[in-house]
Formats: sequence, structure tokens, C-alpha cells
Amino acid sequence: MSDAPHILTLKIDDQDVSAVEGQTILAVARENGIAVPTLCFLKGLSPVGACRLCLVEIKGVPKLLPACVTRAAEGMEVTTDSPRLREYRRTILELLFAERNHVCSICVSNNNCELQSLARAQGLTHVRVPYRHPRLGVDATHSRFSADHNRCILCARCVRVCDEIEGAHTWDIMGRGIDCRVITDMNQPWGQSDTCTSCGKCVHVCPTGTLTEKGVAAAEMKKRQQFLPYLTAMREERE
Amino acid sequence: MAKTVVIDPITRIEGHSKITVYLDDQDQVADAHFHVTQFRGFEKFTEGRPFQEMPAITARICGICPVSHLMASSKACDDLMAVKIPPTAVKLRRLMNLAQLTQSHALSFFHLSSPDFLLGFDSDPAQRHVLGVAAKYPEIAKDGIWLRKYGQQVIEWLGGKRIHPAWTVPGGVNAPLSEEVRQKILEGIPHGIEIVRRTLDFWKNTQGRFADEIEHFANFPSLFLGLVTPEGHLEHYDGFIRVVDADRKIIADKLEPTAYQHHIGEASLGDSYLKAPYFKPFGYPDGMYRVGPLARLNCCDACGTPLADKELLEFRALRKDGAVLSSFYYHHARLIEILFALERMQELCNTANIMNTHVRAVANPNKFEGVGVSEAPRGTLFHHYKINEQGLITWANLIVATGNNNLAMNKGIAQAAKFFVNGKDVKEGALNRVEAVIRCYDPCLSCSTHALGQMPIKLSIVNARGETIRELTRY
Repeated sequence: MSDAPHILTLKIDDQDVSAVEGQTILAVARENGIAVPTLCFLKGLSPVGACRLCLVEIKGVPKLLPACVTRAAEGMEVTTDSPRLREYRRTILELLFAERNHVCSICVSNNNCELQSLARAQGLTHVRVPYRHPRLGVDATHSRFSADHNRCILCARCVRVCDEIEGAHTWDIMGRGIDCRVITDMNQPWGQSDTCTSCGKCVHVCPTGTLTEKGVAAAEMKKRQQFLPYLTAMREERE
Repeated sequence: MAKTVVIDPITRIEGHSKITVYLDDQDQVADAHFHVTQFRGFEKFTEGRPFQEMPAITARICGICPVSHLMASSKACDDLMAVKIPPTAVKLRRLMNLAQLTQSHALSFFHLSSPDFLLGFDSDPAQRHVLGVAAKYPEIAKDGIWLRKYGQQVIEWLGGKRIHPAWTVPGGVNAPLSEEVRQKILEGIPHGIEIVRRTLDFWKNTQGRFADEIEHFANFPSLFLGLVTPEGHLEHYDGFIRVVDADRKIIADKLEPTAYQHHIGEASLGDSYLKAPYFKPFGYPDGMYRVGPLARLNCCDACGTPLADKELLEFRALRKDGAVLSSFYYHHARLIEILFALERMQELCNTANIMNTHVRAVANPNKFEGVGVSEAPRGTLFHHYKINEQGLITWANLIVATGNNNLAMNKGIAQAAKFFVNGKDVKEGALNRVEAVIRCYDPCLSCSTHALGQMPIKLSIVNARGETIRELTRY
């Protein structure tokens, strides 16, 4: 039996594409220049399918499936854009905006925010559900970084990068449902964390203005995520 | 039986407010009160936010003069960081502040107040607005629009956008000046100066028609408060606080702005969301003072630029033996300040280190309390913050330009109402004059209450039994 990878053929948005067995629909779509919106997904981190923005329709499957964790299969017919999908994505974004206090105009990540960019791309002009306006604090105990829970969308990129790339596992998520929060160590102030190496990876993978460098003013926080694929590739080479 | 007249909402100002005119048993005006009916609560909801966000947050108090809040707030943050910002950053902030002064004064004079001067206080209210001016006096309207546009453009060239630019930051500014922008700023100045000079000529020629307004528009002795340079010249960004009385006698000088709380008290009024600041040594309400263009010209010894100083001499001649007291002359002072702003911007653009790229000081917070004071178009603006060891705001106090004028605005409308309003037959033109007193101060009620709002005003006439007998509402 040959060791050559098993090649699959499938259709994405009526386009014939091929995939290596084991590849996700998202990976195949991106290889073929087909845009699928994502938020919790970040190349170099394990996918978790948390945000549901990459939901796609698959012919013969009654429910929508997240492209980032669904593997391509032979003969699959995938639709990445439809009125139904647009409505779902829009609603997901509206719920994210309503859940916490995302006030873009004064945010340090204004114009450099993935949530904001997605909202623009999806044509989100207003939110149809009531804002919750929770009273959440800012953890500014770390000497270099701060965590503003008002702007967190619980994508868990910080948790994954800290665990999978840095190996510190300082970040985690506590609570359930609406009470979920990202925490450092055993819910201690970030500045008192014994495990944090202050590497700043979590800050730069954070898609919003939640984790930021201190000292930046409105619209000044630009995230640099280029490091992640390099680090991942270097580690894979060593293994 | 006493009655009350209520003007609600007041028009052609920034914010929500109303005026109540109280009549006595003989239907004569007994008193008048100015109520600000909006509330926002910036001082409270900023608690817990990182101090570096304060310039951007407080700039949202206002869409007309966000730059003023950016200045005072950034200065308060500089104070929290305990840094002296680079000299070029100071100059660039000054440049933007003067551009802001130009556009805001142009808005006040041409767009909001000129309909009264050009079309008449008694003209048809349906036409008494900037479009009415544009129809009848297109050249003047064009001048006003050009000046405002120029000021807004300078803000945009420097900060990336006209409203709420994120360029002024704690520690300085976040980008240096480019040669292209410097040239563009310089190119517009001669035309701007030409406009202000011909508007000043027009203004002076109309004065004969407004003898009653000059005499009765908040024309009374008061203190005047404003920033001056160490040499006593006109100042809008830095300097010291000076207080003069009606005789232009200096009551207090070289007051350190950061110690404002020693000199200024704030009284709360039962019928308005706008607090009433007063000069502490004189107590409340005798410590009533005025701020803004009229006050600044009364406070300073000279402007410090040639054309503005020439105009200042003529301005001083309006009342030889002391400060110019009629608030009608706020409009005149505003024009002189635009002239000053344009001359100063030209000077700043031609200074040696204006293109220097070192424009930001970087530091962590080094103090738990910081104060920033600057001159907004409408008057002296105070931002005062306290932070915890993490740099999060624990307390904030803002005294905004319009707030400083609260006592004087109340006294001014009472004076105008007593002269112009006849309780038995309240004419629209009379009520417009009462409103116009408020407009002289160019109040920004959104700012002064740090409140959400639009721009209407309401006037009510109320009798002694508390019954409203007449109301006028305009939006």
C-alpha cells in the first residue's frame, strides 16, 4: 500500500477542489482562495470551533457545521455563503457585541480589531438584541499588559497559545455560560501569576482589545501575529 | 398674579436646555433661570478605565470641540505620568488647539449667531438660520463656511480625522508634522486672515443697530477668568490662571492651574444639571465669573500677535475705564481670537523644530493624581483625575467651559428678560433676544453637563401659582 496521501475531490461553492485526507474544509477553502469568516480560529493554534462564524452548509447534512473542525470528505458539496449563513453569522456577531461592552470608538484596538472587521465585512450596522452592559473590570495588575474583560469574546486564543506554544498554560476559562471568564492561574490577578512568562503571545493573538500592551491610547494597539506560523513551523521541524 | 415664561428648547446652541421667565403680579419680569436638562455622567462611568483611554473617552463629550477635551485630558494624563512632553509635541498640540478655536468660533459666529445680526432679532424665525443668511448674504455665509472648513481641515491633516482624532495622546502626539501638511496649513492662512478682517469691519459697522442689545445682553460687572502666558499674553494651551474684576484690576495672578481647587468652588443648583462654579475667595454667589473669548481678552495684557493686538486696542476702547462688560461683545472677541489663532498658527508652522520627529514621551503612571487645564473656545476647561497603582481611574472631575459661565448666564438672561420681555404680550423677537444672550456665551451644554443631547431650547412663562401660561419650543 502506498504512503502517498489520499487525495479527495469535493465541491466548495460549486468549485471543484481537491484536498488531502485529514484537511479541514476551512483549510481547503483558503487554499483555493475561498473566503470563510473566522474568529476563534488562528493558523498555528489547534482549532476549537468555538465562535461558529465559519459555519458552512453541506449537502445532505441537515445542520450547519464549523469549517475549521470539519474534515473534507470525498464528494462533499459545501456552500460557504448563502442568505441563511449570512443571517447566522450576523446574529452571532450581534450576540457577541451585545454580550459585553464593545465600544469601538474609544478602544485601543479600534481599526485593528478582528471582531470590528468582521462586523464591517458582514454589513452589521446595528444590534437587534438588547445590550447586557455587564459591569466587568480591567485587570491592570501586570506590569506590561492589561486584560479588559469588557471586550473578551471567549475565543480562547490566549488559552491555546499559552498552552500550546509558550507551554505555560497561565490562561484558562472558568465558569459556565454567560459567567465564563478567561482567568490567569487559579483566578489570581495577572500580575501575581506564578506561571506567566510575560512573553506577550496572548496579547498579540487576542482578536479584540481585551489583552493589550499598557501605555497605548485609543486605536494604537496593533496586534502582530506573524510570529505564530514561524514558531509552529520551527517546533515541528525539531520534532 | 405672578406668571412664568419658559423658553424650551433654546435653539442654535449645542445641547438641551430651557429658560424660565418668572413674572410678578403686575406681569413684570421678576427673575429668569437657565436650566440645563441633560445629564451624562462621564465622571462616574470612566471610573475603572485605564487612564490612557481618558483623552479618547472624554473627547466624546462633544462633537464640536473634542480637541479641547483631548488637550485638557492629555495634559492631565501627562501629569499622571509626571513627564514633560517634547517641545515639538507642545507646539503641535497648540497648532491643533488653535485650529479647533478657529473652526468653533466660526461656527458660533457665522452659523449660529449671524442670523440675528444679519437678518434681525425680530425677523421670521423660519428663515432666521444659516441657510437664511446664505440666501441673503451669500458672501458672508461663504466666508463662515470657509473658515470653519479650514479649521476642521487642519485638525484632519494633523490628526487623521475632523472629529475625535486619536492623535493627541498621553505624553504628546502620536505622529510628527509632515512638510506637506505644514505647507497646506500655511497656504490657507492669508485667506483666513482676509476673511476675519473683513468680518471685523462688517461687525464694527453694524454696532449702531444693536445699542439695546449691547446695553442689556448680560451687561454687568463680574469677575473674568482665563489663562495667560507668564508675560500676561493671550494663552489657550498652557500658562497661568488670571482673574480680573470689572475694572480690569488683577484680583489673582499666576495661579497654578493644577491647584484650581484652591480657587474655584462648584455649587449644585436645584433646577439644573449644570453646576455653578465660583471664585472661592469671593464666595458663592459673589464669586461669579465669566470665561471664554470676552474674559480672555479682558484678562490678557496683550494678544502677542500684530494684527490681533491692533484689534485688541480698538476692543479696549469699547470701555476705556475697565473690562468690556456686555456679553454681546463675546462675538467681537471671538473674531479677534480667530485672527490671533491664524497668526499664531503661521508662527508655529514657521518655527525651527516644528518638524522634529521626537513628539512623544513614554512613561508609566508616576503620580496618583493629575490635572490638565486648557482654554476651550468657550472658556477654561479643567480635567482632574485620580488613579490607583494600576493606572485605573478611581475618580474624575471635569469643569467645562460653559459650566464656568453658569451664574453669569443666569444673571444675563434675567437682565435681558427684564428689558425685552413684557409679560402681557410676549413677542417672539423678545424671546429670541433672551435666547441670544445664552448664544453670546456659545454654550456647549453637551460638554458642560458631559451630557447627551441635541440643540433645542424651550422657554416657559410661569405665574406665581406655578402655572405655565405660555411655552415656546423650537428644535
